[in-house]
Amino acid sequence: MSNFFNKSDLTRQDADKIVSDTLNNCDDGELYLEESKSESIVLDDNKIKSSNYSSDLGFGFRAISNEVVAYSYSNEISKDSLKNSSENLKSTLKSIKGTYNHEIPKSNKKFYEDINPIEQKSLDSKLEVLNKVNDFLRKKDGSVKQVTASFAGEQKSIEIIRSGGEALTDVRPLIRFNVSVMLEKNGRKETGVYGIGGRQSYDDYLKNDNWKNVCEEAFRIASVNLDSKPAPAGEMKVVLGPGWPAILIHEAIGHGLEGDFNRKKTSAFHDLMGQKVASEGVTIVDDGTIDNRRGSLTIDDEGTPTERTVLIENGILKNFMQDRHNARLMKTRSTGSGRRENYRHIVLPRMRNTMMLSGNQTQDEMIKSVDKGIFAVSFGGGQVDITSGKFVFNCTEAYEINNGKIGFPIKGATLIGDGPSILKEVSMVGNDMMLDPGIGTCGKAGQGVPVGVAQPSILIDKMTVGGTKL
Amino acid sequence: MVKDQEFLKSKASYCLDLAKKMGATDASVTVGHSISETVNFRNKSLEASDRSDGLALSIETYLGKRRSSISSSNLLDENIKTLIEKCFETTKITPEDEFNSLPDKNLLAKQISSLNLYDETRFENDKKIKYLKDLEESASSNNQIINTESSFTENKSNFILANSDGFCDGYKTSSFTTSCVTVAKDENSMERDYEFSSKRHLFDIKQAIDLGNKAAKQTIRKLSPKKIGSEKISIIFDKRISKGMLSVFASAISASAIARGTSFLKDKIGEQVFADSINVIDKPDIIKGMGSQNFDAEGVNSNTLQLIENGILKNYLVDTYNGKKLNLQSNGRSGGTTNLYFEKGNISHEDLMKKNSRSLYITETIGHGSNLVTGDYSVGATGFLVEDGEFKYPVNEITIAGNFKDMFKNIILANDLEFEYSVNSPTMMIEGMTVAGK
Repeated sequence: MSNFFNKSDLTRQDADKIVSDTLNNCDDGELYLEESKSESIVLDDNKIKSSNYSSDLGFGFRAISNEVVAYSYSNEISKDSLKNSSENLKSTLKSIKGTYNHEIPKSNKKFYEDINPIEQKSLDSKLEVLNKVNDFLRKKDGSVKQVTASFAGEQKSIEIIRSGGEALTDVRPLIRFNVSVMLEKNGRKETGVYGIGGRQSYDDYLKNDNWKNVCEEAFRIASVNLDSKPAPAGEMKVVLGPGWPAILIHEAIGHGLEGDFNRKKTSAFHDLMGQKVASEGVTIVDDGTIDNRRGSLTIDDEGTPTERTVLIENGILKNFMQDRHNARLMKTRSTGSGRRENYRHIVLPRMRNTMMLSGNQTQDEMIKSVDKGIFAVSFGGGQVDITSGKFVFNCTEAYEINNGKIGFPIKGATLIGDGPSILKEVSMVGNDMMLDPGIGTCGKAGQGVPVGVAQPSILIDKMTVGGTKL
Repeated sequence: MVKDQEFLKSKASYCLDLAKKMGATDASVTVGHSISETVNFRNKSLEASDRSDGLALSIETYLGKRRSSISSSNLLDENIKTLIEKCFETTKITPEDEFNSLPDKNLLAKQISSLNLYDETRFENDKKIKYLKDLEESASSNNQIINTESSFTENKSNFILANSDGFCDGYKTSSFTTSCVTVAKDENSMERDYEFSSKRHLFDIKQAIDLGNKAAKQTIRKLSPKKIGSEKISIIFDKRISKGMLSVFASAISASAIARGTSFLKDKIGEQVFADSINVIDKPDIIKGMGSQNFDAEGVNSNTLQLIENGILKNYLVDTYNGKKLNLQSNGRSGGTTNLYFEKGNISHEDLMKKNSRSLYITETIGHGSNLVTGDYSVGATGFLVEDGEFKYPVNEITIAGNFKDMFKNIILANDLEFEYSVNSPTMMIEGMTVAGK
């Protein structure tokens, strides 16, 4: 746990006083203090290309009245600096008065341990694994022309001080291990990428030969793509595999259910609460409470304990994801979804681990039912236009389906669909729900936060596949 | 006030001295300070204000051919000392890499000429509020506009780059950025579009009323879109999108992608990669240019580079490390391009629109569908169907796909180049791409 009050002339009593004095006549707000330590070690092109360590310290001071949010941050934690920020907030909100809401829910549950993954293992042991990855892949097959492998670790300590002196703290570990391999065969080059991670120590990857599984998977994806043919173009049936392809849910549905877009009525979902937005059998939750997951949080960045929020239940829209600000204006409660990338950014309602729950059909049944379509197993990034509801994502591993059988692998194609209607096209939900391997970062308003996704195999009756083959 | 040169220099030399004292053979350090103030408006009233004040420090220490780096926002001497110790300890156990080194001394920038990148004008928040009020008044004057969001950001920055070979320089820059996002609605659809302006000097920012008007107009024309069938068709890329093609090209010719062998333009120097009418230039010394610089991220002098001449690839973007790997001298492009642009073409925008009886005009793409290894391109797109030079109706929920190797060779550029951003392109047409729709 970081002590933010031994770094300069600023004492806890000073901070409490400035915070209370500033927020007295506001509806909400807090002082957010953050100290983070992170490392990144990259092996590339047969060498350790970079080893970087970084430490970051700062505060963000927020005051909210009515619909107006005033925010000020600095990386100098001192009495003067905090007073300057306070003046800045007061000048923005000078003519708007509010009543401070002291209420904030409490919970004793924790979803990860107070550890610093960086210090737990020596740099040598991490370098050794990266070198083993490189040797293993290059010896594996002559077609391997390039290998990149990396470790990234972080420990972030936060403290939230609210008006009246209430303080809430959290220590968040996060690690990531990633392997990318490029193969070249008969003049063709293809890349395969695979990674794993979560809020835990590096142990799982450094012990035994667990890193080999990551290498094998990256190699397998690249090999499949070496034999890929141009993707078809046009509307067709799409079977999505379990796990990571749930970024479709994240892009198509998740962003549209974030409180801010619905308060502002810019989301295609804003007037659909209580209505049928998905096929029967489709249930989607956003869950911040799964142990050690990348998207899990003990408390969110406003201090609210996270929860499992049901977004869509059996096809019916049940809840939006809320931070305190949007919840207050929409006369509901925070779902513990208030997040920020770091102290430099304001809080926004964001996803945590977004999951479509299992149904009772099998992937085999889905594939057998398709005359002409594609089977998408893995994806790169995705993106959504919240207002029109249109979303895309890029296949990194996909196959043609012909007459109920899986055919040739196809070249990376973009799939495009319409958020509000896509879930009505889901005609089968599999019994094989799987969590993603822990690699997702979601971007919104220039802020990246770690997230998770999960889903079973699903069959979508109609989607546009953006290939080149007409 | 943004910290002055003296303060940043004293921090930089403190770091270099300390690194040397601990036994580093070489070191380089960047110290920067940046202050930003943003005001956000929504539906004609104040929504948020945001002030940021950030210091940043990054240090690289070398022990012969070993290197590692640290970065921090905490500039207290005590913290810097701990970090440099940690950095140097890491350097000692990091394996050697023969290509690690500071840039060649004779390539370092010597004379710094003023590029007029700093405007000290202070645009108080009250003035930002007035500007945004005017902007949103004009943006929401049409009743099909149901939501407006806009912002104005003023930024002042200063930095010093120093290394143990004696390089020590830096300069102040400023930027003023305003943007407006509007949402329009009719009985069939809800659509969003935007307009923005970003300049070094306050005086050069677009008029609030014009900006608001333009955002609204661009949004309303997207209402009630249709989906078209899958077909091969000529595509006209709005300037917003055509400049993205240049960014892809720049990534594909970075020395790092070339050295790693992960670019579809590897080994193409001297070869025809674009249509023979195409010239691409990267010019670092444009006065008030958004991408202008006196030297690159390593202190290396950067001159104007002709990247494509009559369709032929002439240069990669070379930094010190990857340059040594490729046996090329750095051309001052550590950190990428500066002001990158296509030279304008010969055909007017109007004639380009009429060139085919039927084409597709793209105003927005979504998704990350550019594969630099294979050159494959596939993205979601929004735009308009063009018939006989006129917009017929808006189009969405389609994808466009092709391969950059073919696309680059089929580019036709209009003569409407303007220098607005750090990457600039005229309107562009590419024939024979695949659209996937119904």
